[in-house]
Amino acid sequence: MNHKRVVITGMGTVNPLGHNVEEMWSGMLNSKLAPSPIELFDASTYPTTFAAQVKDFDFTAQVGAESAEKHKHAGRHGRFALGAARQAWDQSGLESCDTLDRSRMGVYLGSGEGNLDFGNFFALLIDAWKDGKIDSNIWPKLAYDRMDLYLEVEQESNMVVSHIAAEFDACGPGYNVLTACAASTQAIGEAFMQIRHGDTDVLITGGAHSMIHPLGITGFNRLTALSVRNDDIATSSRPFDLTRDGFVIGEGASILIMESYEHAKNRGAKMLAEIIGYGSSADAYRITDQDPEGDGAASSMRAALADAGVKTEDISYISAHGTGTKQNDQVETRAVKAVFGERAYKVPMSSVKSMMGHLIAAAGATELITCILALRDQVLPPTVNQISADPDCDIDYVPNVPRKSEVKVCLSNSFGFGGQNNSLILKAAD
Amino acid sequence: MADPRVVITGLGMVTPLGIGIDETWEAVLQGKKTVRPFTIFEPGAFKCTIAGEIDDFSARKFVPKSYRKAVKVMARDIEIAVAAADLAFLDADIETKGTSENQSIAPDRLGCNIGAGLICTELDELGAAVNTAVTDGKFDYKKWGKEGIPNLTPLWLLKYLPNMLSCHVTIIHDARGPSNCITCGDASAALAAAESTSYIQRGCADVVVTGAAESKLNQMGLLRQELLGRLCNSKNDSAPEAVRPFDKDHDGMVIGEGGGLIIFENLERNKARNGKAYAELVGFGAASDPNGINVETATAGNLALAVKHAMKAAGITPNQVGMIAAYGTGVPGEDLAEVAEWRKALGDAADKIPAFATTGATGLMFAGGGGVQLGLASKALSEQIVPPTVNFSSPAEGCEMNFSSEPRKGDFEYAVVGAFTVGGQSGACVLKRYQG
Repeated sequence: MNHKRVVITGMGTVNPLGHNVEEMWSGMLNSKLAPSPIELFDASTYPTTFAAQVKDFDFTAQVGAESAEKHKHAGRHGRFALGAARQAWDQSGLESCDTLDRSRMGVYLGSGEGNLDFGNFFALLIDAWKDGKIDSNIWPKLAYDRMDLYLEVEQESNMVVSHIAAEFDACGPGYNVLTACAASTQAIGEAFMQIRHGDTDVLITGGAHSMIHPLGITGFNRLTALSVRNDDIATSSRPFDLTRDGFVIGEGASILIMESYEHAKNRGAKMLAEIIGYGSSADAYRITDQDPEGDGAASSMRAALADAGVKTEDISYISAHGTGTKQNDQVETRAVKAVFGERAYKVPMSSVKSMMGHLIAAAGATELITCILALRDQVLPPTVNQISADPDCDIDYVPNVPRKSEVKVCLSNSFGFGGQNNSLILKAAD
Repeated sequence: MADPRVVITGLGMVTPLGIGIDETWEAVLQGKKTVRPFTIFEPGAFKCTIAGEIDDFSARKFVPKSYRKAVKVMARDIEIAVAAADLAFLDADIETKGTSENQSIAPDRLGCNIGAGLICTELDELGAAVNTAVTDGKFDYKKWGKEGIPNLTPLWLLKYLPNMLSCHVTIIHDARGPSNCITCGDASAALAAAESTSYIQRGCADVVVTGAAESKLNQMGLLRQELLGRLCNSKNDSAPEAVRPFDKDHDGMVIGEGGGLIIFENLERNKARNGKAYAELVGFGAASDPNGINVETATAGNLALAVKHAMKAAGITPNQVGMIAAYGTGVPGEDLAEVAEWRKALGDAADKIPAFATTGATGLMFAGGGGVQLGLASKALSEQIVPPTVNFSSPAEGCEMNFSSEPRKGDFEYAVVGAFTVGGQSGACVLKRYQG
């Protein structure tokens, strides 16, 4: 089969550590800690009172007044995505490409659902509550009167794809996938497959999500998935550490411009990295738990390695899923050992979630950007908050401080709630 | 080396027309109309009080005994998908952990790619918890954090995650190959079909269960479609005739619930086991309308571009297309936009090729509708019958394509299937008749 090579020519991010790529990277190299008390709503009595939030995001400054007006109905994560996409687009130089065929340029995101209109939504549940249920004569009347068309429609997870397509006049394929915490890694992987196969030339890919809202925190608290370290919020995200007690929820968006090597070369674009392998698998185990043996995670890594045609000894860095839940970090370590054998102890693997929090659907795309930066600067971001060693998590997590290192090929993992696993392999562009 | 060929070998339909492809197909040919006053919750003061409902349905019958407890944490969308997947594997005669004691497919060669929509939380369930956190008639965040949260069942969130359609199906059938969940509304199934074919062609699966399922038959679903101005509010008293795709009296859609899950299989594997096949997948395309964010303006998602791309991939010209599986929401602006796209893609042939849409019979099934459309098109191709377009009598101005309210015998090689969604994404597939 005549496969095309696939490269990244632009990247952008809006996340709790920074509102652009360099700001985030500088935060990571300074071991900055993003978690803080939740300011988006009153969570002071919740089991978890903190999160890694995007603060002081200036949408208009990022996208310009005209675009801000055009996308005035975009929700919180849609705005993050538009900001990140604008950064990526500007870096790619596609705007000045005269030969760009917009019918061969599409959008492939792993974007989350939009936020409910909480004020009205909760008020309706209360005002229309009668005899222990929603009263069908009251609820619709109040809902017709109070609910807003755009606040409702923007909750469909394809709408962020629509906003990105509108902003850059993309007429090609429009895809959104929502495989929980693995979504944007999966989006990038499948986008890679489409360009490699020659289906399209350019894809704007990545992810966006914000679940820092009353029902998001509620839902994850009920699942006991979140850290409840309310007395030491800054260091609450402790992937692979013995004292870890759950993940810290974050929010944000990361967008990459992906195109075929020849498309990038023909227009003289600067190539930031080349994607060379992708693997996807399912645990098929339980909706509440990962396969304790890590077979699903291992199989997704193996599939990516085989797809890239590289061996475990070629991998110089692993960007971990590393959520900070008891189970994930143990299973992930086990899976890496299963795939890498003895070499598992020699390949550095870190979790930037220790600093940035877990961006859910947007996590994988953000972590892929950190891999591209590691390739560029030959430095690895650390896993901070390494306090007490966990005997089950005994490989090299790049503890606490960044490390100068020779970085040639990176593996980035994302494992979704429900058992969908995805792995990407990338190397520096030549 | 040419890409491996992919065939459709199993159909699992769960729709208001019936459970299973045989029951559904028979009802389709009879022109059965299922839209009626809905009963799943009190219609009360809703303006539209009719819908296409699946009768007496639970996924319990379709899951192994050992997994029945899990049905409790399945939203209706998930239940529909789980049942449809079971039916699809049975129809394909492929034995999985979910359907048989002996599996005929290795778990890591079985992929899953099921499209889903925005799943709505059950208001009575959430309302019961929310109303324990009220002070002076208002939601009290502090009280919620302390006293409200424990009133929700621990797995509450998992009922409503869209990837849970795929996740339950992978667990039940032990599908450990690639697994995805596309959430692009009504276009999800067409997009999932393209990606599932890619799984097989790039060698990471031999069999994939794909398609989509959704139920927006709930208060929030109904509200959102009302706010979008897409619902037919004028025919509560003549429900069976309400949804009239492309007809001169089209006046909006009503909500239907359903799912169509489909088994894709590597042709060589299918031949080796002497399996049956409904159709071969020979081309795909996807497109976007950059004006899709203006949701008050009707869009068909630049469908022409998707269709052209799919035909180019299949290597066919408009004159070779024997049947069009249109989407046909019945919303006047959308019907017009859709016909314009078919004409743009197929030229003069668009008005001559026999076409059909089944939304008149069931209401609009959103993500699930795309799965059902793809499944019925495959069946239609294998039976060489163009299904009827229920409630179509004479075309609306601008919609003069070749629809009929009667089933029609045909002799055709290729069918083109196209679907699009609010927000502006579209997908198209070209199916080829498979005769072994």
